[in-house]
Amino acid sequence: MGVGIRAEGLVMTYGDLRAVDGVSFEVRPGEFFGLLGPNGAGKTTTLEMVEGLRKPQSGSVRIDGFEPWRREPELQRRIGVQLQSSSFFERLTTREQLDTFGSLYGVAAGRTDELLEMVGLVDKAGVRTEDLSGGQKQRLSIACALVHDPEVVFLDEPTAALDPQARRNLWDVLSGLNASGRTVVLTTHYMDEAEALCDRVAIMDSGRILEMDTPAALVRGLDAPVRISLTPGTLAVADALAIAGPDSVDAHESELTITTREPARVLAALADRDALAGLSVKGATLEDVFLQLTGREYRA
Amino acid sequence: MRAFRSLSVAMAKGFFRDRMSLFFAVLFPLMFLVLFGGLLTDNGVSKSTIVQIGDVALIDDAPAETKAFYDESFDITRSTDEASALEKVRKGDVDAVISQDGDTIVVRYSQADQVKAATVQGTFQGLVQTANIAATGQPPKFSLEAEQVEDDSLSTIQFVTPGLLGWAVAMSATFGAASNLVVWRKNGLLRRLRLSPVPTSSVVLARVVVSLAIAMVQAAIFLGLGIGAFGLQLTGAWPMIVPLLLSGTLAFMSIGLLAGSVSKTEEGAIGMANFVVLPMAFLSGSFFPLDGAPGWVQAIGNVLPLRHLNEGMLDTMVRGEGASSALVPIAILLGFTVVLTAIASRLFRWDA
Repeated sequence: MGVGIRAEGLVMTYGDLRAVDGVSFEVRPGEFFGLLGPNGAGKTTTLEMVEGLRKPQSGSVRIDGFEPWRREPELQRRIGVQLQSSSFFERLTTREQLDTFGSLYGVAAGRTDELLEMVGLVDKAGVRTEDLSGGQKQRLSIACALVHDPEVVFLDEPTAALDPQARRNLWDVLSGLNASGRTVVLTTHYMDEAEALCDRVAIMDSGRILEMDTPAALVRGLDAPVRISLTPGTLAVADALAIAGPDSVDAHESELTITTREPARVLAALADRDALAGLSVKGATLEDVFLQLTGREYRA
Repeated sequence: MRAFRSLSVAMAKGFFRDRMSLFFAVLFPLMFLVLFGGLLTDNGVSKSTIVQIGDVALIDDAPAETKAFYDESFDITRSTDEASALEKVRKGDVDAVISQDGDTIVVRYSQADQVKAATVQGTFQGLVQTANIAATGQPPKFSLEAEQVEDDSLSTIQFVTPGLLGWAVAMSATFGAASNLVVWRKNGLLRRLRLSPVPTSSVVLARVVVSLAIAMVQAAIFLGLGIGAFGLQLTGAWPMIVPLLLSGTLAFMSIGLLAGSVSKTEEGAIGMANFVVLPMAFLSGSFFPLDGAPGWVQAIGNVLPLRHLNEGMLDTMVRGEGASSALVPIAILLGFTVVLTAIASRLFRWDA
């Protein structure tokens, strides 16, 4: 276990559109790496070049020395892919899908039960794929990507179009994927997902990588103020202004908010006055980093 | 090998679990077999209906042998109302009215059905002549002996079984290949398989094997029903339909492959396959013989694979030709497959 990926100067153009425009990154063995960006940022095309579905027009990808677009069986047996749409054989049951995918990789059928257990589909083993819910289909497609216990797994927007419960449910499955040293590459346009799952993320837009770091470092780098909210009446506005110093105070009907870049000092002062009723502290999220980098204008 | 086997099993399950494709592959063509085989088995001309007015000695006093002949050819009813009988002839409800006026036999008929008119006229002419000779008391100088010869024209079931079987195989192989290709491209399974260590040739081969198996199942059902229910009789070289159907299936799959490569949606692919298969069935003589068709229809038919499959199956399973008569059709079908597959592979796309 432990395979790294190196992508250098990847370019893919469709006519005039430079879908991927010089993307380079490195994924370390055992790392959970995220490609984050709005729709049309070039994440999927980048992933397709890394998986081996497309040959880069320029630049190169290496997975443990192999060039994936050559589709050599030695490499393909070591990578698992979950594609954007739910790609299954028609009219097979959950168990039959896993058995069939397993046989494509020369895996004994015994692993099917283990995988059904892992993605929580044991009670759906005899159900045809067409009758599964969206979340169940996604979990099955992840199980199908894992049938041969691959060293590298690619997940393309695994939680797209799922409701919040199904999304959280899937996170539980995904978060343990790299535990045994497996390398995982995920694309998503959900910030919370990247923040919850990824060791490192690359933020993409218009075919380029804008930033690449751990989610925490990216948020810190934003140097965004922290919003501290209290139940109104806990503290007089004048006192709040005194504590806040240079920072701003917002007195609303529903809450009193102090926006500060020195949350530690403000919180200590509030604690001194025992004015902590309804306290909530909101730091910047990856979403703020994302919006800062990609802009807020509406995209069609 | 294991991957190939389980891919075949997966595809076969996908087909046999789909009631719609089963219907179109088996039941729909069988409906036509029952229709043609059941409704058209009596291929002879139906009896002529005749109304007899008053006494006609020629009919009434005929010897038993002649009476039997009358019953076989005519449906004679007696009536006294001459005017209404003639009206029925005019309307076409009755083919002729016969009456006797002294020594003259009067046959009045309508020319609406020329065959029946001629039959009625000719038959009574002959009967009158025979009666005249008998009246002279002389033995007839010449006599006629009729003997039937087995001709090349086939009874209905013999003709329609090979044609409809060919059509059934053409439908399921073409639609199977076309929809498989489009559905798998749309749902991403083609890409998914492309990223697995299984070679593309195994995937294609699995699909081919499943289609061949389906064709064999269709043949077994058609022959079973044809022989069991409609008296189909196979001639010596009939096992040659196996290689014929196998090469035919390949040819039809190449049509489906082309339709599936060109169209983006399943509906488009099915529509395109229909556009090809249904006219092809007519132009290949699947439903009725093309012997009387104009030359240009025959010319179009000759470039269609189904025509050659039908001819090969007719020759070997009902016309009693030798096994070697299937070789040219098989060669044409395989050649057609090679050409169309080469075109389709140039238009093939992995993803939508």
